[in-house]
Amino acid sequence: MQSVLDNYLGIHAQALALEAQRTDVLAANLANVDTPNYKARDMDFKAALAAASGESDASTLTLTTTNQADLTSAGTLAGAAGGAAPDAAGAAPGSAANPTYLKYRVPLAPALDGNTVDEQLEQSAFAENSVRYQASLAFLNTKLRDLVTAISSS
Amino acid sequence: MSDFKIFDIAGSGMSAQSVRLNTVASNLANADSVSGDPSTVYRAKHPVFKAVLGDGLGAGGGADAATATVEVTGIAENPATPETRYDPGNPLADAQGYVYAPAVNVVEEMTDMISASRSYQNNVEVLNTARDMMLDTLKLGQS
Repeated sequence: MQSVLDNYLGIHAQALALEAQRTDVLAANLANVDTPNYKARDMDFKAALAAASGESDASTLTLTTTNQADLTSAGTLAGAAGGAAPDAAGAAPGSAANPTYLKYRVPLAPALDGNTVDEQLEQSAFAENSVRYQASLAFLNTKLRDLVTAISSS
Repeated sequence: MSDFKIFDIAGSGMSAQSVRLNTVASNLANADSVSGDPSTVYRAKHPVFKAVLGDGLGAGGGADAATATVEVTGIAENPATPETRYDPGNPLADAQGYVYAPAVNVVEEMTDMISASRSYQNNVEVLNTARDMMLDTLKLGQS
């Protein structure tokens, strides 16, 4: 599955894709800031990156799989176990219908209309995520430039 | 973001908030539109927002289900009874000399306006940031 180029680029290519996904999730939170009963969501980035890079997360429980079909459910369980401990973003375990690394936020001050979007929190998360995206881009750019330097003779 | 969905998300937010701004403008403009008949008096209008969840079929796989655009499902009219004013000099007054003013809470409308305009600005910021991120991604590997 891993090509030479994938190995060379390391985790940054997967991180970039996940950060792009997280941008969508946070943008949806900000767009629904006035929608009654909307529940804000965020990505458990550590679990998502571990799942995307195929590494088993040492801090979560893993299942021994006896069947190829079990592989996906093992990932689900690991994600749910990781969600049991609230992270800095205050994310709660996700529902079965969605990837487990997407969690619902636990609101600090729930609104009367059932909306759990905290505008300031979402704004800072969005800003942080876009900086992380730029950082991943910068890493990839550097790596690609190094590669070009190595390939070109002069 | 990879399938440009973020433009739909932030765009739907902007469109919903601008509907809200429009209703606020309409309510404020008609705050003093009196009528001689309580059944025909202007009623304050407020949009009803609804989140439309992604179908999970996009390029992002299941993560799509976590994204939601905003939809305006309708415009609700305030059922509050109109304010009765005694104004026999008004040509619209009924036989008893009363006119009926719409039940528009101007303070509520002003806070609604500020909230809508802040949310609109938020969505514009999201769009700008996402656009910058995409343009930077297009330049990946160049010089």
